Amino acid sequence: MDLKNRDIISINDFSKEELLHILKVVKQVESNPKNNLLKGKILAALFFEPSTRTRLSFISSMEQLSGTIIGFSTANVTSIQKGESLWDTIKMTGQYADVIVIRHPLEGSARLAAEAASIPVINGGDGSNQHPTQTMLDLYTIQKTKGRLENLHIGFVGDLKYGRTVHSLVIALANFNPTFYFIAPDDLQMPESYLDELFQKKVKYHKTSDLTRFSKELDVLYVTRIQKERFPDPLEYEKFKGIYRIDGAFLQHVKKDLKIMHPLPRIDEIDKSIDNTEHAAYFGQAANGIPVRKALLALVLGKIK
Amino acid sequence: MAKKKAKNKTHIKRKERIKPKKVIPNAPKEETKRELKISAIEEGTVIDHIPTDAAFKIVEILDLENQKGIVSIATNLQSKSIGKKGIIKVGGKSLTQDEVNKIAIVAPDATVNIIKNYYVKEKIKVKTPEIIDNVVKCSNPVCITNNEQVPTKFYVAKKDPLKIKCHYCERSMGKDDIEII
Repeated sequence: MDLKNRDIISINDFSKEELLHILKVVKQVESNPKNNLLKGKILAALFFEPSTRTRLSFISSMEQLSGTIIGFSTANVTSIQKGESLWDTIKMTGQYADVIVIRHPLEGSARLAAEAASIPVINGGDGSNQHPTQTMLDLYTIQKTKGRLENLHIGFVGDLKYGRTVHSLVIALANFNPTFYFIAPDDLQMPESYLDELFQKKVKYHKTSDLTRFSKELDVLYVTRIQKERFPDPLEYEKFKGIYRIDGAFLQHVKKDLKIMHPLPRIDEIDKSIDNTEHAAYFGQAANGIPVRKALLALVLGKIK
Repeated sequence: MAKKKAKNKTHIKRKERIKPKKVIPNAPKEETKRELKISAIEEGTVIDHIPTDAAFKIVEILDLENQKGIVSIATNLQSKSIGKKGIIKVGGKSLTQDEVNKIAIVAPDATVNIIKNYYVKEKIKVKTPEIIDNVVKCSNPVCITNNEQVPTKFYVAKKDPLKIKCHYCERSMGKDDIEII
């Protein structure tokens, strides 16, 4: 399977076979890091809005593979301020680098960037639409900690309405015969469009607002933050903040090998006392950003097949 | 003499009045009705059974404003099948299947007749296309297509009821959300 010059824009663009191939390459990169793999290659990291983990892990991945990085971490310093279109910015950047990573607040911006550029484009998050490299590292974390992706019982808790990481991961996991448990108050439940898609794919799922109702069933619990910035009314946010809390008491009702994931940053959804338990997979999950992004850079640049 | 002239005038008037109406065999029904709303065309396309509020949208979609030939538009005509309907006649232009498919979004049940020498030469059925290029506006305000000059593109996810998905922001839209550019 050859992913050379492939754009990584949406998890919907990838088949089950392609996802499994990528995960295989991630494992290979993690166990045998070839430090000169991307020597002479240039990554343009175009971050039109703030990012910590995604930007730093792409930069770190490129540097660990001896590549070079150009770019910016805020749109204020670019010609966008002068009114330059995204299309022109990307067209121009495509002449200066070998691969582009873009994060942009507008949805669909990464797809447009891929059409403008003659070099591969990786989506580092386009508004609340897609963040495919996060989904791939989530998949990798599940595979690594559970030993498999097939037939798992996976719970999602928190803001399921606006959380793009949940939406993309649900679609990717639908390939692996899962059972899903969506735990959220009605106002923050999974959007109907995703539930329709799961129904069409014959994926089993349950909806509840009760955190403990299905806790004994779960192999993985994916926790998300209630995102303050998504609520137009601060009072609405106050209503929902802190409604779910994973703590020692909750662990009394779970399987011994339950793995707890979180895309981070967390506020108070997961008590710090969980960090040192066997259940905590979230820091390992963040660390997996490095081998996943290394593998993706090497794949689209044709250095690994 | 004066009397004779007057007689001739009367004669001419009567002749005009009794001039037989040209009956076109095999023409669409509306053409042969006595209460003709818009005139028959010799060459071109007749789009009939348009939901009455979609007629002007079709003019936009097919860019008929910039058409060189005569374009006749009628709305609020009585129709047994759809209540009130619209009809558009485009003189001198035969629409292609691809062009016809563009109107599927607003008039999926329209009938399209290609006219040659007043006769219906061909009937084209409106088919919902797989991809809709630059016809529909994305309903998502933070979609890149609403913020940068980009032609829109949608995939038809479901034909009945119509559901389309934006190529860029991946947001799905139902028939009620559809707004023509």
